[in-house]
Amino acid sequence: MSDLKRGEMQLSGHGLTCVRGGRQVFAGLDFAAVSGEAVAVVGRNGSGKTSLLRLIAGLLVPAGGKIALAGGDAELTLPEQCHYLGHRDALKPALSVAENLTFWAEFLGGERLDFAESLATVGLEHATHLPAGFLSAGQRRRLSLARLLTVRRPVWLLDEPTNALDVAGQDMFGGLMREHLSRGGMIIAATHAPLGIDSRELRIGGTA
Amino acid sequence: MTALSALIRRDIRIALRVGGGALVGVLFFLTVVVLMPFAVGPDLALLSRLGPAILWLGALLASLLTLDRLFMADHEDGSLDLITMSRTPLELACAAKALAHWLAAGLPLIVATPVLGLLLNLDMVATGAVALTLLAGTPALTFTGMIGAALAVTLHRGGLLMAVLVLPLSIPVLIFGVAASQAVIVGPMTFGAPFSILCALSLVSLVIGPFAAAASLRHGLD
Repeated sequence: MSDLKRGEMQLSGHGLTCVRGGRQVFAGLDFAAVSGEAVAVVGRNGSGKTSLLRLIAGLLVPAGGKIALAGGDAELTLPEQCHYLGHRDALKPALSVAENLTFWAEFLGGERLDFAESLATVGLEHATHLPAGFLSAGQRRRLSLARLLTVRRPVWLLDEPTNALDVAGQDMFGGLMREHLSRGGMIIAATHAPLGIDSRELRIGGTA
Repeated sequence: MTALSALIRRDIRIALRVGGGALVGVLFFLTVVVLMPFAVGPDLALLSRLGPAILWLGALLASLLTLDRLFMADHEDGSLDLITMSRTPLELACAAKALAHWLAAGLPLIVATPVLGLLLNLDMVATGAVALTLLAGTPALTFTGMIGAALAVTLHRGGLLMAVLVLPLSIPVLIFGVAASQAVIVGPMTFGAPFSILCALSLVSLVIGPFAAAASLRHGLD
């Protein structure tokens, strides 16, 4: 796409169809998002919000249609430029907070921040050496958010990101999302609660 | 490379922590082998003839015991999603996980073998031969077992299915592993021939295992 400025990205899906377990979840779904934009995917339970995020993340294969990314790093595939924050938080209870975070930082690679700094941002600096198994649900969510900060990726795919976060945590997270967008990032979030930032709504499967 | 070494270090660390699988495997191996002399009775000649077979069976079952969690744990907590999405090829990530599993759960079995050899009336040479065949053969058990572990995730069934899938694949390894050890103890064939085949089996599984496991994991995405 020639109308994109340097460093800008456009993510789009055309006629996406998703089939899971023999049941058609949605069909003919179109969407588009550009750098600096947040898209809130809304819809009733079971309408396919999570499925859409997993399609974009390459964790599901679309039964029809395609997803295209214009701009971005030409050397990398779309999933490699995405952060996926799902229901399951990818934390090992036996490892400490710091070990969990440094593992993902080393494994995911690329440009990254100091892990202590991102732990301080999400308010977990006091728990660095605590095994992740002792964390509360909200703290686990904060630790997952620290992963998004430590490793820099342009596209954030968030599944119910504010779940289990307290009010202060939601404010903190809103700030993080705004900062990500201002750096030219893109956010696609499946959500029931308001995201806390300006976002465009993408409704799946009719009105809730 | 950083990514793979990080994955290996993480898996080893988890295996060695409380609740990890490494110690469970060794203890199971120990239990199986210790029980055998009680079952077979005080016939020392018979015990030393059966010794290599008992050690090999114990090692096989012990490695099977911990293998089914190889991908299941990562699948349940969502780590597998992130591993699949990452810049590291899934094949290499699978190989790294298998290597970590072998270092944490396979190597301790080999270290324990000389001690257990005493219980089975094996002399130094025989124990050394069994340990050597285990060193060459257990990678094959881990890397073929990994295919079953990946299928268990894909099919959402763990445990018994895994044993049914993996045990037939490990029969050749068992045959040549025991044959090589028996060659040293009772003869008359040479140690070299079955041992070379055992090494070949390990090398083949080292190549096939990661590709088959990664293909299975990709196919089972959901």
